[in-house]
Amino acid sequence: MAFLVAFGSCLPSHVAGNAEVSALTGVDAAWIERVSGIAERRFACDEETVVSMAVGAARDCLARAGVDATALGLILVSSGTSERRFPGPAAAVAAGLGLTSTPAIDLPLASAGSLAGLALADRLAPAYGKVLIVASEKLSPIFTRPPINQTTAVLFGDGAGACLIDPDQGAARIVASDFHTDGTFAGDLRLEFEGPIEMNGRTVILQATRKLPRAISAVLERSGRTVQDVGAFLLHQANQNLLDRLAAALGVQPALFYSNIRRYGNTSSASLLIAAKEWLDEVGFESGVPVVFAAFGAGFHWGALLAEGV
Amino acid sequence: MDSRTQINQIIQKIAKRDEVPDPDESLFEAGWLDSFALPDVVSALEREFSIEIPDSDLNPRKFDTVARIAAYVDGRR
Repeated sequence: MAFLVAFGSCLPSHVAGNAEVSALTGVDAAWIERVSGIAERRFACDEETVVSMAVGAARDCLARAGVDATALGLILVSSGTSERRFPGPAAAVAAGLGLTSTPAIDLPLASAGSLAGLALADRLAPAYGKVLIVASEKLSPIFTRPPINQTTAVLFGDGAGACLIDPDQGAARIVASDFHTDGTFAGDLRLEFEGPIEMNGRTVILQATRKLPRAISAVLERSGRTVQDVGAFLLHQANQNLLDRLAAALGVQPALFYSNIRRYGNTSSASLLIAAKEWLDEVGFESGVPVVFAAFGAGFHWGALLAEGV
Repeated sequence: MDSRTQINQIIQKIAKRDEVPDPDESLFEAGWLDSFALPDVVSALEREFSIEIPDSDLNPRKFDTVARIAAYVDGRR
């Protein structure tokens, strides 16, 4: 058992609206918003890297928690857009925080990476102490380079998020978490070296709409809770239509599914933590009220986590 | 009622269309279904035919035409 302490984020300042993306991709701006719910996203400049955004989000999170980086026992860094094969960004993120011996591990899972980090941290915190999960993605250089995949290029944005987990205290207690992998669908959502993002949207949506409600129901059942008890659902921000469909599948009001996808697009693994940070700023945990985190993505990897305000 | 008739009714209801789909036309290419309607079709098939479709069978190609859906459903019953 562990506790969620604080969240942080780092977003590039350049706001790219659908008109700008339309000019880059040739996809109609109105169509983008209609099918995805996305109006704008952030594009990182050359100086804003996976590592620099990750460090920015980590610092924001630690500042909000009032915790010095030297207190960390473990860092988990999720990114599907690492700028090199190895070492992954985790080592550079730790160095960016001034740490020279704290273990820092990469989770190159893309979309579900931050949920994987949270689920792992729940179990690792009792052994390692404070665990910082960071997720950072710089997708714009990938989807704007030829050959452009018009169906996927319009969905993504850049950014980073972070979360601090503590074994003993925090704003919310993690009650249950679940994480799963089914590699038989690895080819249905992938990013090859030098290639565009390839996505079989029908398979992704079909699998996500089946697996996510099941994972969410599992953590609710293990927590002795029902879907009606949940105060908020914080999910990987993949597509507004998908979020609405998941709400319908669970029989809850779509308004309970926090969404910022209109402003940031799909920032892959970073999206869950960015959304959580903004939800915490706007709403926040309430004592005894469960909040569900969930994500589904390439792999396929998926899972859910239930935390309860203290 | 044969399975194709039942499947046609499911597709017509979800697509909100009165005409009957050609059994061999792609339901996606012909505009009957989009990606977000497919999960509804799968759930409706499970209810209508009292079958459970495992995740490993959730390949959109299996559900691309009425004929393919019928072949799959008949094989599961």
